[in-house]
Amino acid sequence: MNRSSGWVHEAFAVFAKDWLLELRTRVALGAVVLFAVTSVVASGFALAPPSGVPAEVKTALLWVVVFFAAVAGLSRVFVVEEETRTADSLRLAVSPTGVFVGKLLFNAVLMWGLCLVTVPLYLLLLEVPVRSASLFVTVVVLGSTALACATTAVGAIVAKATTRGALFGVLSFPVALPPLLVAIHGTKAAWLSGGAWRVATGDLQVLVGFILVIVPASLLVFEHIWSE
Amino acid sequence: MNWQIELRRISKVFDERVVLRDISATVTAPGAWTILGPNGSGKSTLLRIIAGLLTPTEGEVLYLYNGERLTAHQRRQSVGMVAPDIALYRPLTALENLRFFARARGLPVRDSDLLRWLERVQLRSRAHDPVASFSTGMVQRLKLLTALVHRPSVLLLDEPGSNLDEAGMEFIRETVREQAQHGIVIIATNDTRELGYGEPLVRLGA
Repeated sequence: MNRSSGWVHEAFAVFAKDWLLELRTRVALGAVVLFAVTSVVASGFALAPPSGVPAEVKTALLWVVVFFAAVAGLSRVFVVEEETRTADSLRLAVSPTGVFVGKLLFNAVLMWGLCLVTVPLYLLLLEVPVRSASLFVTVVVLGSTALACATTAVGAIVAKATTRGALFGVLSFPVALPPLLVAIHGTKAAWLSGGAWRVATGDLQVLVGFILVIVPASLLVFEHIWSE
Repeated sequence: MNWQIELRRISKVFDERVVLRDISATVTAPGAWTILGPNGSGKSTLLRIIAGLLTPTEGEVLYLYNGERLTAHQRRQSVGMVAPDIALYRPLTALENLRFFARARGLPVRDSDLLRWLERVQLRSRAHDPVASFSTGMVQRLKLLTALVHRPSVLLLDEPGSNLDEAGMEFIRETVREQAQHGIVIIATNDTRELGYGEPLVRLGA
């Protein structure tokens, strides 16, 4: 049989396998969607009438919901391989780069799906007037991608630890905080500002920069973490 | 083809417990070898080090092809391994497991080919059942297929006969015989039925 080489096909094989597993078990989907929808609906009722709530609070609340929903589901992609003793099967067949990129793709798609469900529901329940829809979509896509990168990187680091839950919280705080703060600022610009793109240019640059830095840095350390 | 694996002064220490001390050996294809020793003597640890799943505390394992040292990627493409603590994806079917491991290794697979492979271990009729519904013997046979799907030059087997019936044992014997004709097989065992599969390579104490 002919054989193609390189980590790209490995990453897509891992990505496809993880989605197949997720559709069978619905572990991450269940945790993420349940947390996000419950939080948004609870916020909608708690903050009624929403017109009296400052936009700053609404932007922060949206990203807090997205972040904690991500933490509930995305941290498990590596842990589940260790718990089910399939990690060694992966190590034997797939390069560390292929594993990491495949898992990152899975988490990114899960985050985008989460935002697709959560954000419209949030806008509807909290009556948010978006002045620049194009900027808002850009911030959501970049912000959710940055959070997926951060949680995947931390998830990989803590997968073998015995106190994973506590460690994930401690490590994800400093890693996820910068993109979270920037995404909140960019979202506020999209909702409130007249010259929104000009105001949010710096935020978008930071989000893109964060993604471009954390992915190669994670790949560099992941090989050592994953090997033993 | 000239495959060679060199174990150079391998030692492994977990915390303060010495599991392996100064193991050296060389195997050259074609052939089959056994790592012998009682439970807890370090057979599985040594096999995991040879597979690249564990890093030795001291020493190194060299994979050579025509005298050239293999890269980590080339080694991954050349090794297949079956061990009790290496699991398959239980929610996925037998065919999906086989398809994943073939695709992950870059093989352009067709389901018809994979179904023929499953036929070899009498799992064709269970191809679309989740692995979670399989007996331990059936899982062991499927593990063997996933280790062989990329036709590895080096096959590492850790107690391969565990949980297998006579038909399963015959498949192991046949696989070892075939593999030993063109590549390398290393078997870690203390099962008397498997002692004759190859030449003793290392005999470990308790």
